[in-house]
Amino acid sequence: MDMNEIKEIFFQECEEQLAELESGLLRLNDGDRDPETVNAVFRAVHSIKGGAGAFGLDDLVSFAHVFETTLDCVRSNKLEPTQEVLKVMLKSADVLADLTNVARDGGSVDQARSAQLIRELEALAKGEAPPAASAAEPAAPKAVAAKPAPVAKAAPVEPVVNEHGFAPVAFSFDDFGGDEDEAVSDLPAYDIVFKPKSELYTKGNEATLLLRDLSRLGEMSIHCNMDSLPPLDQMDPEAAYFSWKVSIKTDKGEDAVRSVFEFAEWDCDLEVTAMETGEASESASDDLPMQPVPFDLSALDGDLDVPLGVVEEEEQIAAAQEAVAAAETASNVVQMAGNASRAAASEKSAAAAAAAQNNAQQASSAAAPTIRVDLDRVDRLINLVGELVINQAMLSQSVIENDSNGVSSINMGLEELQQLTREIQDSVMAIRAQPVKPVFQRMARTVREIADITGKSVRLVTEGENTEVDKTVIDKLAEPLTHMIRNAVDHGLEMPEKRLAAGKSAEGTVKLTAKHRSGRIVIELSDDGAGINREKVRQKAIDNDLIAADANLSDEEIDNLIFHAGFSTADKVSDLSGRGVGMDVVKRSIQALGGRINISSKPGHGSVFTMSLPLTLAVLDGMVVTVAGQTLVVPLTAIVETLQPDAAAIHSFGATQRLISIRNSFCPLVDVGRILNFRATQANPVEGVALLVESEGGGQRALMVDAIQGQRQVVIKSLEANYTHVPGIAAATILGDGRVALILDVDAVVSASRGQSLQLESSLAAAG
Amino acid sequence: MTYLAKNLTNGGRELIAFRIGDQEFCVNVMSVREIRGWTPATPMPHAPRYVLGVINLRGAVLPIIDLSARLGMRPAEPTVRHVIIVTQVKDKVVGLLVEAVSDILTIKDEDIQPTPDMTSEFERTFARGILAIEGRMICLIELEAVFPHSESEAA
Repeated sequence: MDMNEIKEIFFQECEEQLAELESGLLRLNDGDRDPETVNAVFRAVHSIKGGAGAFGLDDLVSFAHVFETTLDCVRSNKLEPTQEVLKVMLKSADVLADLTNVARDGGSVDQARSAQLIRELEALAKGEAPPAASAAEPAAPKAVAAKPAPVAKAAPVEPVVNEHGFAPVAFSFDDFGGDEDEAVSDLPAYDIVFKPKSELYTKGNEATLLLRDLSRLGEMSIHCNMDSLPPLDQMDPEAAYFSWKVSIKTDKGEDAVRSVFEFAEWDCDLEVTAMETGEASESASDDLPMQPVPFDLSALDGDLDVPLGVVEEEEQIAAAQEAVAAAETASNVVQMAGNASRAAASEKSAAAAAAAQNNAQQASSAAAPTIRVDLDRVDRLINLVGELVINQAMLSQSVIENDSNGVSSINMGLEELQQLTREIQDSVMAIRAQPVKPVFQRMARTVREIADITGKSVRLVTEGENTEVDKTVIDKLAEPLTHMIRNAVDHGLEMPEKRLAAGKSAEGTVKLTAKHRSGRIVIELSDDGAGINREKVRQKAIDNDLIAADANLSDEEIDNLIFHAGFSTADKVSDLSGRGVGMDVVKRSIQALGGRINISSKPGHGSVFTMSLPLTLAVLDGMVVTVAGQTLVVPLTAIVETLQPDAAAIHSFGATQRLISIRNSFCPLVDVGRILNFRATQANPVEGVALLVESEGGGQRALMVDAIQGQRQVVIKSLEANYTHVPGIAAATILGDGRVALILDVDAVVSASRGQSLQLESSLAAAG
Repeated sequence: MTYLAKNLTNGGRELIAFRIGDQEFCVNVMSVREIRGWTPATPMPHAPRYVLGVINLRGAVLPIIDLSARLGMRPAEPTVRHVIIVTQVKDKVVGLLVEAVSDILTIKDEDIQPTPDMTSEFERTFARGILAIEGRMICLIELEAVFPHSESEAA
């Protein structure tokens, strides 16, 4: 495991901690005063800080530190978590998330914003919490005094506090000799003086590793001699100044001890002295031998915070809480350091680490055990299961064909097989399914930011955030949802004065809910704002030539006008919603996911946007049709209705065009077989079936096909993998008879019918 | 298979030879994933004439090329006796429709003679050399040139 992998794990954990942090803060915002919630919030920030310290992410550490200090005031009841305080904290959580992202992906963060928040946080910690400040002052010298002495001495009663003992040992900041209990052992003991020369380090050896190897031989205690360490300004960073005195009890013999230094003995002064049994062998029961570096850094980090904890009046409790937080950090890093850590720890330290981990687990309200799996592996499994399903369908079909009475035992077995494959498919799909919670949480942030900019007071209520949907859907959902939330706050909700005048509470409510409904996920976004101003929408549509001035539209039709391209009813183009992207973009991205979006609005009471999305992008509900002897699949989401054209309803229009009249409106007829070049001449519409489809441009077209075979759920297969993109075709699938059927790209077919050549479009796409 | 037996000990490269009409061609056996019987393909819209369509190869969508048409000869009329040679170049897998697989050859590099200097497109694009095996002439084909190109690759 290299450093980058460890770092990646750290960032993954950061994401979890940030989610924890935000949800904790939101709980506090809702009036939750459970100390455990405050602790959870504190731990989240602390863990991020600890890990960031280990990777030298200074910006992150310094911000987290200030944040943590303020949170500590809340934790010790010196600062009341009022709405104002929590507002600052939620913003700080956003900045912390930004800083984490910057640390991972590069880029820059709004320095002014984070500096401003640091000031606000500091003001909260000091100014608004005078008791904390005054308590801190007399205690400050004490904290300084406490620093040379490790916490293990300060609070030896708490076993977990000994975790802090790692730092002094590992970094040799202190002598642990005095702390060790005197114990008698029967094992032979050795005194080792190990004084590395500079050459040892230049040859790539590492004293830590040697001492760690040594620690595997038995119980040992270490004393670092730093006497020769010069002042900082005279120090040569590449020179060796430290030496170590090690007492070890081992039954492996002196040779084993010497062999540890086998490759280093020319570059160090080494003395190994056998001691009388029981003499100098001090049991290091509270003491821990060397730990791998990441562990030490974080433990050191925890140690630095201890003075903060010590400052408080309830010193013991605070120290214990601190220790739990540090233990969690430690356990995180233990996890990061992985095998190295495990191998390194001697029996005792392993036990201690386990204890730390236990503490951490208890502290972090025991989450269900999970594993991280590479997405590729899951996708491969999903693909294989898709093939299994197809194969099973093919097998069933051929058995049915050959077994007319359908009572043989093969048939029964097949039915069971079918059930099993269905179950396997469902379970495999469930692996990719994720709760929508992360996206909803991101929306909370969006609402906060926009409320801030617009000066509106907004509350976001979320429901059903544990509703699960495929990961790809979640990933692609965030963008349209953000846009809609922006719209809802910016255009939907009124200013507080206006709301009060309308008899509503000053605070507007935006509600985001998710639920499963008949095999799809339905996401609803509602606000209690003014609703859609239909007169305005209508006028705008007339101005933009979207509708005729005397058009007779139902309320619903007017509402849906906002999904037309380039439509925005806000008088002034605000910096939020008027970025040139309108609701048409939202609609298109939802459609690209195979979803549908609808709006219903009540003037004065607000609007409700309802999105219905498929649970997965691996399968698709399609209508299987026949065109010129070929089987095609048309995505069901695109189809508005199907009809059998009547000869009287078909009207010729110009040389080649034909229109079909549907309830007194005319809709162009598109022969799919002609567009796809399956036949040379247009088929007779009366002999076929028309599928009324709605394309991304909003226009309706009647697609002519020869016959409808039925409706089926199909597994989507890529054509591009072995072939190239085919204009007019979205993908392929495999039907029950084992043959490949093509899935129609309705949008491309409709735009081709507008006169743009399919070929041309595809070569443009390829060139672009 | 007699030739194979004679030359097994000599090492060298292995080629798979197949027949189209009265001509014999071969490709490197390392590019061949499997050989299967002909199954009707689903035609692709706007495809070049030599692309017969796509078939289902254990869940993957496999395009089928009529090699005869691809090499500029008469388009094949596939029957159940035709075979599909499933070949792979880089990450793309394509099936080649041929009349029959005739031989597996083990040859040394020096057995490959350069193609005669002619100006036909076939010679320039597809042929990489010719082999004289037991009085037969077998043409070594460049697989990559046979594969259908997307617009972006051609540009």
